[in-house]
Amino acid sequence: MTIVEDNRHLRGALLPILHALQEEFGYIHEDAIPLLATALNLSRADVHGVVSFYHEFRREKPGRHTIKVCRAEACQSMGANALVDHIKKRLQVDFHGTTADGAFTLEPVFCLGNCALSPAVMIDENLHGRVSPDRFDELAAETRANPHAHNQIPHALSHSHKGHAQ
Amino acid sequence: MSGHLITVFVPRDSAALSVGADAVAAAIRAEASTRGLPVRIVRNGSRGMLYLEPLVEVETPEGRVAYGPVTAADVPGLFDAGFLTGGEHALGHGLTEEIPYFKKQERLTFARCGIIDPLSVEDYRAHGGFRGLENALAMSQAEIVKMVTDSGLRGRGGAGFPTGIKWNTVMQAKADEKFVCCNADEGDSGTFADRMIIEGDPFCLIEGMTIAAIAVGATSGYVYMRSEYPHATATLRHAIKLAYDEGWLGDNIHGTDRTFHLDVRVGAGAYICGEETAMLESLEGKRGMVRAKPPLPALEGLFGKPTVVNNVLSLCSVPIILDKGGDYYRDFGVGRSRGTLPFQLAGNLKNGGIVEKAFGITLHELLYDFGGGTITGRPIRAVQVGGPLGAYLPPSQFDLPKDYEAFAAQDAMVGHGGIVVFDDSVDMAQQARFAMEFCVAESCGKCTPCRIGSTRGMETLDKIIAGKNVDANLELLADLCDVMVDGSLCAMGGMTPYPVRSAVKHFPEDFRKKQHAVRVTHIAAE
Repeated sequence: MTIVEDNRHLRGALLPILHALQEEFGYIHEDAIPLLATALNLSRADVHGVVSFYHEFRREKPGRHTIKVCRAEACQSMGANALVDHIKKRLQVDFHGTTADGAFTLEPVFCLGNCALSPAVMIDENLHGRVSPDRFDELAAETRANPHAHNQIPHALSHSHKGHAQ
Repeated sequence: MSGHLITVFVPRDSAALSVGADAVAAAIRAEASTRGLPVRIVRNGSRGMLYLEPLVEVETPEGRVAYGPVTAADVPGLFDAGFLTGGEHALGHGLTEEIPYFKKQERLTFARCGIIDPLSVEDYRAHGGFRGLENALAMSQAEIVKMVTDSGLRGRGGAGFPTGIKWNTVMQAKADEKFVCCNADEGDSGTFADRMIIEGDPFCLIEGMTIAAIAVGATSGYVYMRSEYPHATATLRHAIKLAYDEGWLGDNIHGTDRTFHLDVRVGAGAYICGEETAMLESLEGKRGMVRAKPPLPALEGLFGKPTVVNNVLSLCSVPIILDKGGDYYRDFGVGRSRGTLPFQLAGNLKNGGIVEKAFGITLHELLYDFGGGTITGRPIRAVQVGGPLGAYLPPSQFDLPKDYEAFAAQDAMVGHGGIVVFDDSVDMAQQARFAMEFCVAESCGKCTPCRIGSTRGMETLDKIIAGKNVDANLELLADLCDVMVDGSLCAMGGMTPYPVRSAVKHFPEDFRKKQHAVRVTHIAAE
């Protein structure tokens, strides 16, 4: 509940709170919805509507690492569709699925802003460019081997600049 | 060489990091330490030559010397070649600013990007930063708005609405509170200029927003970032904190009676939030549903208050206008498209990156003179200009000058300046289907032509691709596209037909591949 208390003073607080919850727990637990509704004086339907609207918010516990693979046009022009097929086959999961060992959750994404170095993949918060199927296998193996892999930017999303523009 | 400190630049831009810039910086640090050489590493933004990333630069008396693309394994060899004094090496490109790709550009908005340390206020000021804001602090609101209007600046997010006119509406609105919101929800494939400038020159955006706030009388503002851009978000948050610390944000900006508070909000993977009213809903903590207009956000925007909503590149063009004057900016460009646009060369191109040029440059120049043709070495067959809602253009239209009106006349759009290149292996019927599929995934669902039309469009394209009743289905598709264009609330449903129609128009053969095969099978069966 401290996450809620820390953020409820913000105007339009629901999204920042959902981001903070997801960063802390990896997903938005069903039980959080009535709590948020009460704290923010919204209906449960309002909160549910927001959680379900945005692709980024997860309702189930994800794997230890999230792999986002870009499906948008620039990456398509450089073989993203073949890369997607390779990744699904290699990890034995479909989009939104988690590997049997709980290591990876695979998500599609439309554009990671790395369109001159396509195809692009983001593993946790680390962006990778010119990802061939072989390069993907290397990256996946490195990530698996190093469960506490260095993240380029820890806590970038929920760390709001408090005290201003409330 | 020993004794004086040598400055080496290794970008911290996400694109550079995506191909190993952190490992290169670490290798340079380690190698310099082993060899006992005094090296200072600055993590700059990208120069925009993304095909050369990681691009390492060394400061020499003659200027900065470039090496790229560098891998960590190349680093000992670079030291052996004396790169710290600009020594020759197979990866060397000579002086960065003499590289033709860079030299031929007209950098106004991106003037500092890749040159300065993005998180040094001192460096920013040394390169002309905050001069525009200082001028604005001494001007009346109306004078600032007039200067921006005179510059001819138009919204760089895609719609091309004159920025000064929007500001004037907000300035004249009477309200107890006004806002400035920056739309940094850069969701179009093939665009990365917003991300690059936020990572490479974040104070430029902060300065532009502060000038906008002073001009219209707003006291609070938000930057709406994408969740797909964690690195840019972290950089911007850090820069905002530094700007507060140094008195460029907050109450009594630099001793004046002006106040502006700025905060960052992060979206959650919804493309539609790049539409300004959906973005405002999202900032208010709601589903990103498009609002009907009117009322215009300029009069009833965030929390119902008058609000300036501008794109990152529009706001980042404001400081130089206030620094050098509206005339200076207007002298670039053609017709009613004034100033420069940072074009983004993406997809299957040898030399992808940022090319900031005045309006009027042709696609041909961008694709071949700068882009160098495809990376696969095959001919270019189609380019998509202006993101997933932009038209596909064939080579016969590559001489079209980049100008809002010239593109609109061809049912295409300059948009945010993104250009995605496909070689001759592309199947344009599949690209048309993808345009509809994308709309299915990303429609906010508020209006029927977009929500239902996109699904029916995808199904109809599936039938066409399978060779079923191709003529009748193409006619149906054309009809559906008309309904979506005429009946949708915003550009999502209203422009999804652009890539579809242009694909059908310019590449009709791709929609009839199976038709022939199916006919042959039928005859055989009879």
